[in-house]
Amino acid sequence: MLNCENAHGDCDSSALAALCALCLQMERVIVSMQDPDMGMKMRNQRLLITVIPHAMTGNDIMEWLVQKYSIAEEEALHLGNLIVRYGYIYPLKDTRTLVLKPDETPYRFQHLFTSLPSQLSYSNFSLLILCDKAIYLAKKNIQKQGELVDYEKQNYNQLHKRINHTWDFVLMQAREQLRAAKQRRRADRVVLECQEQAYWLVNRPPVSCPQRPCLVCTALKHRTKALGRTRVKSSVCLESFLKYCEQYLPHDPIMQGCRPSNPWITDNTMYWSMNSDTVVTPTRLRVERWSFTFMELLSDPLGKREFLQYLEKEFSAENLCFWEACKDIRHGESSKITEKVDEVYTQFLAPGASRWVNIDSKTMEKTLQGIKNPHRFVLDDAQMHIYFLMKKDSYPRYLKSDLYKNMLAKAMVPQETKKSVFPFMRRQPRSSPSPVLTSQLSEENGKPKATSAGTSQV
Amino acid sequence: MGEMEQLRKEAESLKDQISAARKAVHDVTLPEIVSGTAVVGRVQLKTRKTLRGHLAKIYAMHWGTDSKLCVSASQDGKLIVWDSYTTNKVHAIPLKSSWVMTCAYAPSGNMVACGGLDNMCSIYNLKGKDGNVKVMRELAAHTGYLSCCRFLNDSEIITSSGDCTCALWDIETGTQKTIFSGHMGDCMSLAVSHDFNMFISGACDYTAKLWDIREGACRQTFGGHESDINAIGFFPNGNAVLTGSDDGTCKMYDLRADQELITYQDPSIMCGVTSLAPSLSGRLILAGYDDFNCNIWDSLKAERVGVLAGHDNRVSCIGVTPDGMAACTGSWDSFLKIWN
Repeated sequence: MLNCENAHGDCDSSALAALCALCLQMERVIVSMQDPDMGMKMRNQRLLITVIPHAMTGNDIMEWLVQKYSIAEEEALHLGNLIVRYGYIYPLKDTRTLVLKPDETPYRFQHLFTSLPSQLSYSNFSLLILCDKAIYLAKKNIQKQGELVDYEKQNYNQLHKRINHTWDFVLMQAREQLRAAKQRRRADRVVLECQEQAYWLVNRPPVSCPQRPCLVCTALKHRTKALGRTRVKSSVCLESFLKYCEQYLPHDPIMQGCRPSNPWITDNTMYWSMNSDTVVTPTRLRVERWSFTFMELLSDPLGKREFLQYLEKEFSAENLCFWEACKDIRHGESSKITEKVDEVYTQFLAPGASRWVNIDSKTMEKTLQGIKNPHRFVLDDAQMHIYFLMKKDSYPRYLKSDLYKNMLAKAMVPQETKKSVFPFMRRQPRSSPSPVLTSQLSEENGKPKATSAGTSQV
Repeated sequence: MGEMEQLRKEAESLKDQISAARKAVHDVTLPEIVSGTAVVGRVQLKTRKTLRGHLAKIYAMHWGTDSKLCVSASQDGKLIVWDSYTTNKVHAIPLKSSWVMTCAYAPSGNMVACGGLDNMCSIYNLKGKDGNVKVMRELAAHTGYLSCCRFLNDSEIITSSGDCTCALWDIETGTQKTIFSGHMGDCMSLAVSHDFNMFISGACDYTAKLWDIREGACRQTFGGHESDINAIGFFPNGNAVLTGSDDGTCKMYDLRADQELITYQDPSIMCGVTSLAPSLSGRLILAGYDDFNCNIWDSLKAERVGVLAGHDNRVSCIGVTPDGMAACTGSWDSFLKIWN
């Protein structure tokens, strides 16, 4: 079943909303009608000399509607008419007028639109539909020896112009289908003809893809929204890709290698130990990266620690702590949500809280209301507010602060080391690893690691 | 038939208006913008490690956040967690159903997930008390095969399925919290944004969709491919979507411009793209193809700058480590190779 629910709830124009509600109602009726137990009882129906299998009469439909929905005959007729007009059910007599006749006229459920192929590209898809329609009209044309009805003649000519290049195929298909139809039982022939006729009546314009009404509604709703979207110029977007690639180039090991060496190439894991979360002196590249975006700073545990230190000096550390607590709720265990939200309220949001965070009154009100029924996303708005507060205010000041500048100055640039391929050859004298490097390593591993000596050839 | 015709006409007209709005902001071509950018030059990556152990086609792999552990799924009915650096197998998990099509590693490293033709997503706890890896949950509700899954955290996972929908699950209760429907064809792959608020899906209806996880709504749809989209990923800056399709091309769609900006194609490529992954800076895109190779594209110049040749069968999956150090390819020849 399609999302007509959404279409209904969110439509702009009232006419569209009404139609969406209608589609939803009709689809529900059709499903009920086709229910194996409580639905319509299908039987063979007589049409002059032909016996139509698996059909129902107009009377049957009326009776069923009246009984199922406890409505008056008038209402049932109205609903029935709608269902036929929108193509869910088609008549096997007087096939050019799509109405529900409360008599012995046989009707059947339309199945054509549920069998539309989904595996074709959209451009091929419309072509296929056009071909289909052309074949249908060509068949009629051949049968009636050129005596098509006005609008059908118009359509036929339009199609001929539009898909002229495949017209031989169309005619061939039409002749084939007519020949095959002659082999079929009369009843099947009648059914198929009526089915096709009704299908193309409902979907009259030759150029659009026939669709269930629900799909059109949904498409309309989505496209109305999509049209209102603000779009950024492609020049601006492409420039920003360029900038991003340039900025991150030194950080992309596949593009530019990394210092001291890529562990995958040299079997030396120093790179990882130098960049671990607990390192005392980070690398320069790493500290520089904190200045790219606020998210980069917060994603690095070391960067986050530094930032917290800075915030403590500014007496606004509660912001970061609040943000972390919100994150923990957003991504943590479902069972602990209520408990955690309570804690956050006590610590950060309650009037007079020890670490009260400064959120604007509107967001605060909404949040306090929301936490009465805590769920995973209940603190999203407050979290975002504090995030932007830090990003716009504290973060830029941190980057200008002595704390950051000292970090950058202290940060080390590892010496490049390369893998030895010819161990018996002495490499060019290089400066030995800096004392900072070895002492840091011994801090971590308990013993200094030797850097590989040898010629450079990877 | 007045109303339906009118509505249909309106829908068509809106489609044209949207097309026009997109064209209006498309004010420059790629070659103009990147004319001043340095060329990347030939990129040669070598195989540094080969992970041997699977006995049948490998269908999927996913890196853990520590950039060393990764998980791979093969139709020999095993999920293997590798320490890719030492090539040791950390866990070899036997699966109930051998028809596995996807696997995922949780950001915390505590769990892995997999699924396939059994229509289910099975979650395995790697940090169980007694050291054994056991099934923690079986998420069953999809009516089609599981094509891809990605963890948001230890409590939530997103899946894409052959039943044309994607779903957000609560792992603890094993229930679907949100169903994302709108695709008209099998959903083949998905990728989650860095901030975990959105995800993108590629499907057999030739479109990619951007979904808001919290609202459960489709925010944007991108068309243009001429066949099934098999692979999808975010560009590292989070503002663009990369797709790989059976039509042999990869495309980059920008979220803010709301349209396709770059196509990566070559007349000599006549087979579909099975998988793709960008390098850390986004400058390189590694894409696996049906013809057993992996092409390396310069994402800005839209030119091929290298090839990863080494597998004896189709490259089914590819992933770049979060720290950007290495790329891993998995193939139907049952091997995983680590490159850089």
